[in-house]
Amino acid sequence: MSAKREKGGSDASVQPAKIPALRYMSKATFRIWRGEKGQGDFKDYDTEVSEGMVVLDAVLQVQAEQAGDLACRWNCKAGKCGSCSAEINGMPKLMCMTRLNTLNMEEPVTVEPMRTFPHMRDLTTDVSWNYEVKKRIKKFNPRPPDFEDGTWRMQQEDVDRVQEFRKCIECFLCQDVCHVLRDHTKHEEFIGPRFLIYAAALEMHPLDTENRLEELKDEFGIGYCNITKCCTKVCPEHITITDNGIIPLKERVVDEFYDPLKKLVKIFRKKKDKT
Amino acid sequence: MGGIRVNADTQESSVRGLFAAGECAAGINGANRLGGNSLSDLLVFGKRAGEYAAAFAQENAGGTVDQDQVAAAAKWALDPFERENGENPFTIQHDLQDSMQALVGIVRNEDEMQEALVKIAEFRERREKVSVMGNVDFNPGWHTSLDLHNLLNVSEAITLAAIARKESRGGHFREDYEAKDPEFAKFNFTVKKQDDGSMKLDRVPIPEMPEELQAVIKEMG
Repeated sequence: MSAKREKGGSDASVQPAKIPALRYMSKATFRIWRGEKGQGDFKDYDTEVSEGMVVLDAVLQVQAEQAGDLACRWNCKAGKCGSCSAEINGMPKLMCMTRLNTLNMEEPVTVEPMRTFPHMRDLTTDVSWNYEVKKRIKKFNPRPPDFEDGTWRMQQEDVDRVQEFRKCIECFLCQDVCHVLRDHTKHEEFIGPRFLIYAAALEMHPLDTENRLEELKDEFGIGYCNITKCCTKVCPEHITITDNGIIPLKERVVDEFYDPLKKLVKIFRKKKDKT
Repeated sequence: MGGIRVNADTQESSVRGLFAAGECAAGINGANRLGGNSLSDLLVFGKRAGEYAAAFAQENAGGTVDQDQVAAAAKWALDPFERENGENPFTIQHDLQDSMQALVGIVRNEDEMQEALVKIAEFRERREKVSVMGNVDFNPGWHTSLDLHNLLNVSEAITLAAIARKESRGGHFREDYEAKDPEFAKFNFTVKKQDDGSMKLDRVPIPEMPEELQAVIKEMG
């Protein structure tokens, strides 16, 4: 199969030209991971597929017809809740947003759980580590209101900057794909792209007064990110994670702690205080 | 638009200590829930339900639980695992969806709704013979067999009330009674499950609107 160029992380931009068109009401094979707590294997299921179907439709059809105990998380079927995260043909994707006509249906479609999180059963994983990480990040702490009626005034461009980060649906596909977590298992030292975006949304918020730069440098491990941008590629909300979130945070950390001129000024200021 | 009957202030249902809010609770939207109202509804009444539920919990001690009832309920829940070669619960769920869509859907009439009641009774019998595979850990087939019990209750309640309301109003449209009948505006239908499993339909008069609210409506024009 020839190589395809993909813009951003969306399925809509993948050209299906080289893939045979889905014949109306034909059969296809889905290779789904079955098993519990890390043990398990792929199992092939044949099922009827038709125009417009997404992977989630096929998985639920298999569940209804052949495998009533196939454990699978899903909810909105519309790419907004972040429940149906999985790895489809090796690529982290939302099952409800992966159209069958973007896949090669001549071969079995592989559907497996997110491999970076502890496996529970079949397609479900334990993502609770993420919720524990979030608790460690200092919460939003606004400055006192600018006016007596309790309101603030902000510049539109300052508000616009953080809007993108607020689109996050916490599907954790970015966490799943990041090599620092997936391959190097640095869960104790690195919070992952999702929470770097969360920190960015707070740090760049025009009203927030907290400073999270020291934690970002130390406990949150922002230095581990080597900007390979796999997170940006898989984000279903097309948040430009690396360029708009992580790199600006890295720049802020560097400005604060690694700027030689600043260090010099600090030394002189200390000497002045001592005299 | 139908739902769990709750107290307008506290969101408590007719079961002591059980509170309901959002789309599942009745009353706030009248005969038709307009698009967009759901979000503000669940925020406002969700908060109220939570606050009153917390107050209830603080003011009342926990009840005593009859362990025999618990054991019986657990056995009933686990029965589908014991049965072999029974029906697939998903099939019944899909059939129920198809029937309700076709017979008690957007355009309703008497004959189709009566047929729906017959079908629901058949589904109930089929439900008693479902079997599921696997074990209790995260088993969607088993969850569906449990859900079916409630889906059938709700479907029957909807159908009974729709048959009884011989008019069209808001989301309830009947091609055999196309007009709004002002007599039906005076009460709500309630459905309550009796001890023998049958459903009892009642008419509950809608209280007279207090003067202060009537004034607000007049003001708004």
